[in-house]
Amino acid sequence: MSTTVVTTEAPTTAAPAAAATRGQVEITNVRKSFGGTEVLKGVSLTVPSGGVAVIVGPSGSGKSTLLRTINHLEKVDGGYITIDGQLVGYQVRGNKLHELREKDILKQRTDIGMVFQNFNLFPHLTALENVAEAPVVALRSDNSQRRNKGEARQRALELLDRVGLKDRADAYPRQLSGGQQQRVAIARALALDPKILLFDEPTSALDPELVNEVLDVIRELATSGTTLIIVTHEMGFARDVADTVVFMDQGQIVEQGNPLEIFANPQEPRTRSFFSKVIEPAFNI
Amino acid sequence: MSSAATTVAQSAQRSAPGPATRAEAENLADTGSAAALPADYSDYKLVPARHPWRWVGTVVVALGIAAVAWSLATNPRWEWGVVAQWFTAQSVVTGLVETLKLTAISGALGFILGFILALMRLSASPLLVSVSWTFSWIFRSTPLLVQVLLWYNLGYLYEKVSLGIPFTDVRFFEAQTTTLISQFAAAVLGLTLNQAAYSAEIIRGGILSVDQGQLEAAAALGIPAWRRSTRIILPQAMRAILPTAFNEIIGLVKGTSIVYVLAYSELFYTVQVIYNRTQQVLPLLLVATLWYVVITSVLSVLQYYIERHFSKGAVRNLPLTPLQKVRRFLSTHAATNVRSPR
Repeated sequence: MSTTVVTTEAPTTAAPAAAATRGQVEITNVRKSFGGTEVLKGVSLTVPSGGVAVIVGPSGSGKSTLLRTINHLEKVDGGYITIDGQLVGYQVRGNKLHELREKDILKQRTDIGMVFQNFNLFPHLTALENVAEAPVVALRSDNSQRRNKGEARQRALELLDRVGLKDRADAYPRQLSGGQQQRVAIARALALDPKILLFDEPTSALDPELVNEVLDVIRELATSGTTLIIVTHEMGFARDVADTVVFMDQGQIVEQGNPLEIFANPQEPRTRSFFSKVIEPAFNI
Repeated sequence: MSSAATTVAQSAQRSAPGPATRAEAENLADTGSAAALPADYSDYKLVPARHPWRWVGTVVVALGIAAVAWSLATNPRWEWGVVAQWFTAQSVVTGLVETLKLTAISGALGFILGFILALMRLSASPLLVSVSWTFSWIFRSTPLLVQVLLWYNLGYLYEKVSLGIPFTDVRFFEAQTTTLISQFAAAVLGLTLNQAAYSAEIIRGGILSVDQGQLEAAAALGIPAWRRSTRIILPQAMRAILPTAFNEIIGLVKGTSIVYVLAYSELFYTVQVIYNRTQQVLPLLLVATLWYVVITSVLSVLQYYIERHFSKGAVRNLPLTPLQKVRRFLSTHAATNVRSPR
């Protein structure tokens, strides 16, 4: 009887907290250079389905670049990334990895939402139009139907409501505060029901008093079953929300682990010296 | 108070003794006592600063305008009667239509070709980039007059134009160049290609002015490439493109007059033909000029509203339309006049 339930449920649009394999990210030995500088020196990381990984580290350590390789905004020079076992940006042909055509890369990206440091909202579109744009025009990775305009707007309104901005649906980004803009950007990233959400320093461009309204939204997402990978400098937030804290320095993962352990008892000297600089003395764990 | 006064008096004595010292001391004492009183200005009316020189400037300019208007109206040599007689004459209107036709066709084709050239220039292919660059280089460095004459005389260079498979005898289509390239075709070709070279740079500049993050965000959302250009990038680029593009189109309206060298009967050639016959040179040039002014005015109004449309979201509040400005001017000034008597 339980099998019949599964078969009827499966074809409907997957709820955020669906099957166990939804949104597992596996990064294997990824390397990347800009000019002569190697910014990623063979990074491997696994984030389980529904997991919350927070990447911390000094600027220039390759955190953002690593994040951007996950949705192929940045091409890797070596190594590979899979999502639920599926290669990102490449396909195997013979014994070579061939880069996918742009159309197919775009399809893959609909499973991976991204939130940028400086929001990158489309300034000529209202909050609602920003959120409702992609579901209408983007081809989905599972070749499912694109939403029609009415559905997309309805869903966009629900998402804006979820981030607490339903009443600002018709505002243009420039009429919103930084925190509100970033919350719209999060709603926009959610509009395609992604398996994975990438956050690239989502609060770094915000005034201190606006940081929390954004972090609260991300906190709420952390319990929703979507896989989150977050680059941030907010250590308190990392401690609260992360399953795994990953410390990167000079293009490598130096240390990773449970937030309570890694903050209280870092094993590597570099980790220890970094935390001693960024965590204020009053911050007790 | 007295101690302060005496110190000032003492120090002042060294430089300027006598009555000045006393006056200074009193002055200081005065301000001292005034500052001691509790100040409450909450009932005071705010009076904006006056700008007398602005008024002087306004009057001078107004007088200048009046003088020019007076001379235009009273100098009989402008021959306004002749202007009025020819302004809506059948031949002039026909010429005007030809001018508008040339502007519309070569403007539209020029900007479409310019858009393609701009995309080529921004592409990753070195061949496309250099072809686009060379096109702009050639057509921007040759005079429009030469280009137009060259197209018209193409028949001298190449007697026949044919379409077929190169290096074989297969021909799908063949024609005499002179029958193919009429005055109209030469005019449109010359104006279009010249316009394309300039608009390519304008459009490229507009596209470059859009933040790279916009493309990234659109790509991260899986928005297809064509949609990315038309829905995300172009509307934002339009803000940078429009002012210069309208400059170009207004330039093109008057630029069409250059095809008079082909004896093509657009507005300018038409009035030339007329004044060669009637010898009323200035009034007829004025007829053409007034029509150019009319076209440019219409285009300027159009530009204002199109720019306003594309500034949605770029400014917190849309700029007021002229009508709204007039209303606001009237309402605020009426309001100050009501308030001032009190």
